[in-house]
Amino acid sequence: MNGEAGHNLLIGVGNEFRNDDALGILVAREIRRRNIPGVTVVERSGEGTALMDTWAGAELVILVDSIFSGKAPGLIHRLDAARDKIPRGFFHYSSHDFGVAEAVGMARELNLLPGRVIIYGIEGKEFGEGIGLSDQVVKNIPQLIAMIEEDLHAFHAA
Amino acid sequence: MNNRVIRVDQLARVEGEGSLIVKMSEGKVADVKLRIFEPPRFFEAFLRGRKFTEAPDITARICGICPVAYQMSSVLAMEDAMGLTVDDQIRQLRRLLYCGEWIESHVLHMYMLHAPDFLGYEDALQLAKDKPELVARALKMKKIGNDVMNIVGGREIHPVNVRVGGFYRVPRKEELEPLVERLKWGLDQAIDTAKLVSTFDFPDFETEYEFVSLRHPEEYPLMGGRIVTSSGLDISIREYEFHFEERHVPHSNALHGLERGHGRYSVGPLARFNLNFDRLSPLARQVAGDVKIGPVVKNPFKSIIVRAIETVYAYEEALRIIHAYEPPVTPSHAVTVSAGIGCGASEAPRGMLYHRYRVTDDGLIRDAKIVPPTAQNQPTIEEDVRLFVTKYGGLPREELTWKCEQAVRNYDPCISCATHFVRLEIT
Repeated sequence: MNGEAGHNLLIGVGNEFRNDDALGILVAREIRRRNIPGVTVVERSGEGTALMDTWAGAELVILVDSIFSGKAPGLIHRLDAARDKIPRGFFHYSSHDFGVAEAVGMARELNLLPGRVIIYGIEGKEFGEGIGLSDQVVKNIPQLIAMIEEDLHAFHAA
Repeated sequence: MNNRVIRVDQLARVEGEGSLIVKMSEGKVADVKLRIFEPPRFFEAFLRGRKFTEAPDITARICGICPVAYQMSSVLAMEDAMGLTVDDQIRQLRRLLYCGEWIESHVLHMYMLHAPDFLGYEDALQLAKDKPELVARALKMKKIGNDVMNIVGGREIHPVNVRVGGFYRVPRKEELEPLVERLKWGLDQAIDTAKLVSTFDFPDFETEYEFVSLRHPEEYPLMGGRIVTSSGLDISIREYEFHFEERHVPHSNALHGLERGHGRYSVGPLARFNLNFDRLSPLARQVAGDVKIGPVVKNPFKSIIVRAIETVYAYEEALRIIHAYEPPVTPSHAVTVSAGIGCGASEAPRGMLYHRYRVTDDGLIRDAKIVPPTAQNQPTIEEDVRLFVTKYGGLPREELTWKCEQAVRNYDPCISCATHFVRLEIT
């Protein structure tokens, strides 16, 4: 699904059958449930070119994915694509190496990056097959959702 | 330089990834190991006790790149178990959906993952910096595949419209019409792509393979038909497990696929092409002739050309199906639940995917077996690397490491062969 021009997009990335990798998907569903006006919510596997299709034409993109960089599980990283370099290997894409970081980098090269892209990476702990998030990750979901809502409000206010 | 270890390491953080280790001793290859964790094992257990109708949607989650393959092999197996044959219109629509997946997957692999190897770029990002027009073209070509999946499958990733017996909803002819001009454009681009990739510099490397693929009486294989091999085996899909087995090896969580009495074998574009060259469309055969590939290809590095030919075929086949399309009278056949065992196979972009289910009379899955292409190719990939290093062991370490990665990537394996965490160790 492509976005309509000028809309705000929340993209939840992950695989719901891989424990903490489900986080992005579950957060997306929670944001959708809250029915925030003006926000389109989509779920994606994290394949980079599909992400580029997804955010084409969007004004604001908030992308949520679980990561593993070795820091404490549950830790929330907030990256602004305009300002921060997205560490490669930060985000996991299970089987092919064209993922979130590559999509941001390539979109930048091709002038296809939306005006504002905020990326939330949440440190996960368990990425094996299974359903259910780690306790440390679950604990920080309310804070993560509050941060996302704050971004959305700030963007609207600006 | 006589004793060295080539390691292509992975971010070890997530299961579902692989690494490649080549050990050399006294200038000879002592050992090659491709280590993989293969997710589908979990799904086999996960499927037990689920309704037979859930198999297509659950197994689609195994892979973000080839969900249609999982859906198709599972519905074919379930329909086999219940003694159902869908009508030709539904089958054609399934082929159209599958063409979308081939386009998407092949274009992604050729341009984003494989071409940078040949053009001397570290990755697609570097390629985009230098040749943005090439990457922009690839994205546009791939998008057409996405859109086919979107219209027929309900959405582009993990389609939701496929069910045992057919579809939940079938598109109207006018919904497919807008694809026509874009598919025609895509077809031209695919032909250009075949010309482009055929000019790449390929290592002089050929070896003998036991190729295995599906074969259909008339069509280039996507779904069903029989299983054939280059050594002359010709069996029904139901006989697969009599002739092929999986063995556990200590260094990999993926089972190794082996042909009984034969050993390793190869599935994927090369196998399909070599065993079904006569089933390609005249145009695809002509393009193959123009770029001087086939009818038999034994250089795995040239798989990128074969993918381009298959992409030509997929665009053309999608056009043919849309042109002839009349919506089926009913989107789905009624399924009468009965206990049984069913087998199904289809050609995922990276090779044959076999499913077998046992279903109880209340429609619950008793057990499931899924044999993904990468598991089948694993012993062949290791052998390719072994032979390549044996022949080219004298190359500078950086080049050799890169070529080894490339030898793995030839198979478009469904593992994360991170190219960016490469280490060559001399021990």
